[in-house]
Amino acid sequence: MNETPASPQPGPASSPAAEALPVVEFRNVSIAFDGPPVLEDVSFTVKPGETRILLGPAGVGKSVLLKLTNGLLRPDRGSIRLFGEEITTLPEEQLFHLRARTGMVFQEGALFDSLSVRDNVAYQLIQERVPDEEIDRRVRDALRFVELEETFELFPASLSGGMRRRVAIARAIIRQPELLLYDSPTGGLDPVTSTTIIELIVKERDAYHIPSLLVTHRLQDAFILSNHRFDPEAGRMALLPKGETDLHTTFLMLEEGRLIFDGSLHELVTSQNPFVREFLE
Amino acid sequence: MAIETIDKTAKRLVLTVQDYSLFAWRAFTNLYRPPIYWPEFLIQADIIGVGSLSIVILAGLSTGGVLALQSAATLSAFGATAVTGQFVSLTMIRELGPVLTGVMVSGRNASSMASELGSMVVTEQIDAMRALGVDPLRKLVTPRIFACISMLFFLTIVADAFGILGGALVTVFMNNQNGTQYFSMAWEHLVYADIVQGLVKPLFFGYIIASIGCFYGMRTSGGTEGVGRSTIQAVVYASVLIIFVDFLITQVLLTIFR
Repeated sequence: MNETPASPQPGPASSPAAEALPVVEFRNVSIAFDGPPVLEDVSFTVKPGETRILLGPAGVGKSVLLKLTNGLLRPDRGSIRLFGEEITTLPEEQLFHLRARTGMVFQEGALFDSLSVRDNVAYQLIQERVPDEEIDRRVRDALRFVELEETFELFPASLSGGMRRRVAIARAIIRQPELLLYDSPTGGLDPVTSTTIIELIVKERDAYHIPSLLVTHRLQDAFILSNHRFDPEAGRMALLPKGETDLHTTFLMLEEGRLIFDGSLHELVTSQNPFVREFLE
Repeated sequence: MAIETIDKTAKRLVLTVQDYSLFAWRAFTNLYRPPIYWPEFLIQADIIGVGSLSIVILAGLSTGGVLALQSAATLSAFGATAVTGQFVSLTMIRELGPVLTGVMVSGRNASSMASELGSMVVTEQIDAMRALGVDPLRKLVTPRIFACISMLFFLTIVADAFGILGGALVTVFMNNQNGTQYFSMAWEHLVYADIVQGLVKPLFFGYIIASIGCFYGMRTSGGTEGVGRSTIQAVVYASVLIIFVDFLITQVLLTIFR
């Protein structure tokens, strides 16, 4: 059962995004794979400009939820709307144009190992037969955004885990998507590299205001995203004044396939739900 | 308990056949709807065709040679060693050329397709491709199927030619018979129906090899161990299906050209 936001603290309800049509809408979604349900009766929305952080321990169905969002998996029950279109009944062929409007960063990057970094980042542009000069320019821009311009001609095998995630972010943003999906972008990385990745996500959020859904089991990543902003003058993220959080960054929490929390950072840290408390502590 | 196991196995088998049929049909019909990935087709044609050339030549030469060796002993008992050329060419063109080439290419390429696509599945590269708005069936499977069909056709011709050449080398240098007689017998008794029989089969075999290899690759699960399992399944099912379908096609073609 979802907790009802009761606190008057700044949250999604007070943000301008609350009034807009959701980019993603889950209604009573359930899915199972040869066994007990992985997700059960999950409902939530992602509105324009919102960054939603999906928290939960490993194996609760976070990645499955992310793959349901852009139709990589289909639910057994319920309704999923992406950019206002019902995708649960849409044939695979018609899903491709909707997916092309989203950017997705996979857990391990999922770069194509037979292609160079340039071709990986430009994958969608190459399929759309964009001229080579324009591809090179846009790839360099995207790589500059993730501070990996020097990897242009390298192959994924020669990159570290953190660099792969950054290239994956460059690939996800090159076409200016209308929704970004991050699947545990810092999973398995050391703290310094994790902070670099989170900084990129903060930069992406504050520079382009693209709505996003981010899956993680790392609380520190979630807190950094919530209480930092990107400072374009300094070229790095900065801590928000004490007590302030990013109004458009809100939280969801899964427990054994059920959504047990949906609210702001303040609501999260003051929640009395035993599972939330245990997770936070 | 035993009935339950049989029930589950039967359901799984029916479901697999259904999935394969839908998969193979969609991959086939994709060729008639844009976008068509011609560069991928050419890359796969190179991998399958040029890459398999050496093993097909070697297999053809050896098989033709063995046929000549084995037949010479039997034919000489009837004083019919002169028909060695006819025997080798008909056997190679109608049966052994297509089947041997199919099995050789299946061992080499069904396995590589299953392992390559399987690795892409377990590392989420296939999901990434779908997430980027590209249909992996069009991009990866359809070019492989059509490259395999077209290349197996030419590889079979190569295997036939080298099989007849292998038979000739054995006939001339080991059995000490006349080479001109070998080739004239090989050529004179060859009819249109034999060629059609021999060249229709690789079209079916190429389709089987690539569709089975890609099908098992794309349904890989269970990490690297799953990739190994998919590879084995692809080679085994493709090889068995080639031999079974060969029987069916031969029966149909013999009825047509009777």
